[in-house]
This record gives sequence, structure tokens and C-alpha cells, in this order.
Amino acid sequence: MITINEANETIRMISEANLDVRTITMGINLLDCADSDCEAFCRKIYDKITRRAERLSRVGEDIAKEYGVPVINKRISVTPIAIAAAGCRKCDYAEIARALDRAADAVGVNFIGGFSALLQKGITPEDLALLDSIPPALAGTERVCSSLNLGSTRSGINVDAVNISARAIKDIASMTGDRDSVGCAKFVVFCNAVEDNPFMAGAFHGVGEGESAINVGVSGPGVVKRAIEAARGADFETLCETVKRTAFKITRVGQLVAQEASRRLGVPFGVIDLSLAPTPAIGDSIAEILREMGLEQPGAPGSTAAIAILNDNVKKGGVMASSYVGGLSGAFIPVSEDHGMIEAVRAGALTMEKLEAMTCVCSVGIDMAAIPGDTPVDTISGIILDEMAIGMINGKTTAVRIIPVAGKSVGDTAYFGGLLGEAPVMAVNGFGCSTFVRRGGRIPAPIHSFRN
Amino acid sequence: MKGIVTVLGKDSVGIIAKICSYMSDKNVNVLDIAQTIIDGYFNMMMIVDLNGSAAPLASMASELETLGRDIGVVVRLQHEDIFNAMHRI
Repeated sequence: MITINEANETIRMISEANLDVRTITMGINLLDCADSDCEAFCRKIYDKITRRAERLSRVGEDIAKEYGVPVINKRISVTPIAIAAAGCRKCDYAEIARALDRAADAVGVNFIGGFSALLQKGITPEDLALLDSIPPALAGTERVCSSLNLGSTRSGINVDAVNISARAIKDIASMTGDRDSVGCAKFVVFCNAVEDNPFMAGAFHGVGEGESAINVGVSGPGVVKRAIEAARGADFETLCETVKRTAFKITRVGQLVAQEASRRLGVPFGVIDLSLAPTPAIGDSIAEILREMGLEQPGAPGSTAAIAILNDNVKKGGVMASSYVGGLSGAFIPVSEDHGMIEAVRAGALTMEKLEAMTCVCSVGIDMAAIPGDTPVDTISGIILDEMAIGMINGKTTAVRIIPVAGKSVGDTAYFGGLLGEAPVMAVNGFGCSTFVRRGGRIPAPIHSFRN
Repeated sequence: MKGIVTVLGKDSVGIIAKICSYMSDKNVNVLDIAQTIIDGYFNMMMIVDLNGSAAPLASMASELETLGRDIGVVVRLQHEDIFNAMHRI
């Protein structure tokens, strides 16, 4: 039987340390909506999404009330639209984005992901049409998120797609320039994208997935921080053990919520994503964990090691707590969504280069970092290419979600609002890389991809 | 289905009585009670059997929250599985 101390521990995690389930994301297959008529396709996807996810928000809220644990977001991911809509003869992708937006609104979810294409090895005409429509689609919708896979350990990196993406980022930034280029927060590019990620902006329902799935992202940076306060001054073995035990407990809550949501919705349980995701709230920060570990600021020497320890032990604890672990599973370091990271940038402790180094050992990549609005397209290509190379060579997922804030420069702050937070504009290395990135073509797969 | 009721707040006369009479009104059977006083703060946990009650857990949880507010303590009712998941392998 549960003891009073155990009950108190759980309650303190929720009420004082911000333990929550960050997202219940329902993946929905749209391949059966294929139609040569684009209008009919839009109608079909709207109907299918609203039918499948009709009870998603309600079930999420019921579970939150009954178990006493907040479920912050309810979201939807769909089959990459470049594939699902490939059958349309004359395709209006912006109209498809609006249909997705309306469907998300109708079922009360705050984001729908999957306005996506998989470009790691090549670009189909449908992919190209989707790429052209990403800037207007994101500027003209509220809830739609877009992602692209630009490389993989198996296929190498599609540099042409990297260059197109960099251009798209600039266009999204300028089309949403009146709102500090917030459209870029809904667009992410990946190397080794995963098909069952529940987190936005990169969620999509992979073609290897079933008809529908419930994927759950748990969170609890505050709980980890609180736990390691008790390990102050202790050696690394104790520190790692503390993180691991805490991750186990957090994940068990996620597993419970996922199974319950799956049962109530009649949709198979997909995976638990073990990511520690911060929010702008005090006490819900990865940066606070790094400080508690003993760093003056994130970005200080030792930061990469600290993130590596955190990431590895979250996985070690979490894997045993859940029957299926997947998604991105690691620690997120989105700059604008973590008050401690924002502070570190302002203090001059955290630079783009150190951020990039930290992404080598954690999920996912350069995330929600604001850069000057006048950053050249080729420089953005270079930043993406570096991050893709890290992912490709290390066989891990990496991503770039970067915001060249229109009209702002280093020292200014971009304000995105809500969970997206605010971001001080970070300096970007000003030396050129145009001749390099404009070589175009594909970077061949690395030697260790040949495992057969 | 079992629920766990936790109460935290300033100690005063009649906290247990008020919560137990609510339980009795809802036909909820109290299986176990543990309590301590930490630094003058009242801390109680009850394990309750909800099977005999017609009221949904979520609505009882919000009524208990209100009842707690009236007597100056924080009362929570949660499905026991969240505690089992976290503390039992």
C-alpha cells in the first residue's frame, strides 16, 4: 500500500516542481484520403482528423483531473502532406494547410504537425510544390507545423534541400515579420527525423506507422532539478543515479497516462518520448538543472558534459519505466522556451557555437534560437549543414529551428508569446560559406551507414 | 477503483470529520488513514474505495478541493494508479 511519504513525494513533484505530461499527440494516417481532386482531398482529411481526434482534448482533460497530473497539450500529427497529397492533380498546398488548421481548431488542439516532406535523398515534384508553399502556408495558419527531413545516416545529406530550406526560413521570417518572425517557430528541419515524435514543430505520422497511434511526451525538468538539489557536492555516480531514479518516476506517470489515453480513445499506444522539455516558467528549466549541477551558467566549460550526463541518465531511467520508448527522447534546449537559457545568452555565456556543441550529445538541435534578421541565406544553410552533419555522423536526430528575426539585430529581443517565450538575438559567425554551400548536390552517406 | 485523498494545511478542529462525512454522503468507503503533523501543518492521506459511489472521480475531486478551501486546507483526490505507477515496480 502507498505510504504517506510516497503520496507526498508525488504531490510535491506535481504542485511544486511542475511535473506534467507535456503532450498527448495522436498520430493519424492520411494515406487513405488520397484523391486526384485537391478540394476533395481537403474535405477528406478534415473529416478524418475531426472524426479520429474528436474526443482527444476531452480525454486528455479527464485524465488530468482523475489522476491529478496536468496534461498541458493535446496535439495531432499526420502523414507527411507531400506524400499524402501526391495524388492530387492540381494541388493547392496552402489550401491543404488551411484545412489542417481548421481541423485542429475544430477538435481544440493547439498544434497539428505533418506539413512535411522527406527529402534526405531526393526531391519529387510534389515535394517541391510543398516546399514552395511552406512560407505562405505557415504565415496564413495558426496551428500548422511544418518539418523537413534533409538528411540521414543511411542516405547522407541533401544539400539542395538544405539550401531550399534556408531560403524558406528567410521567407517565413519576412512574411511574419510583423510578429517577430514567429512563423519560423513552426518550421523545423531534421537529420534522421523520427516517425513517432510527439513534440512540435517536428511531429509527423510516419509512413511506417499504423492507422493511428497515441504518443506521449513527458516532462519534468523541475523535478530533476529538485531531486539533484539533494545531491549537492556528491560525486558523479550519485548525481547520475539521482537523475536516473527521477527519470524513472516521471516516465512511469507518462506510461500510465499514455495507456489510459490509448484505452479511452481506442487507439493503440505508440511510444513514450522521454524528452525533458522546458517551458518559460521558473522551475521548469534545463538551464536550472545545469546550474544545480554546478555550472555558473549554461555555456560555461563543462556544459556539454553536463547535458550528456542529463540526457543519458534520463534515458537509462526512462527506458525501464516504459514498454515502448521512442520519439526524440533526450533533453531539449530551446533557447526562447527556457528562462535560464535566455539569461545565459544575455550574460554572454551561451553562444551559437556552444549551443551547437551541446546538440552533439542531447536531443535535438539548435532550437528556438533567434538570430539577426539580416543573416544571409547561405549562412543559414551553413548552420543547418553543420547540424545535419552532427546528426548524420553520430547516427542521432538533430534539428534546426532558427528564427532570423526581421528587423532585429544582436542585443534586441524577439517576443513570441505563450509557450514559445522570448529570445535575445544571438550573434552568428559573420565569415562566409557561400562557395561551400552552393556546391549543391548530395553529401554521400557516411562509412558507418554500411552495416549490412 | 481506489482513490487517494491527501490533505495538507493548517491544523484545525474537524478536518477529518468534514472529509469523512463527505465520503459517507458519497458512499465512499475509507480503507486506511495515515496522518502526521509537520511543523504545525496537518498532513493526512486516506485510501478510499470508490466502487460503491455513483459520483465520477473528477467531480468528487473538484468538490473536495472546494471543501478544503472552505476549511483552509488543500485536499486532493487522485486515482491511486498514479502513485502505484511511480512508486511500485
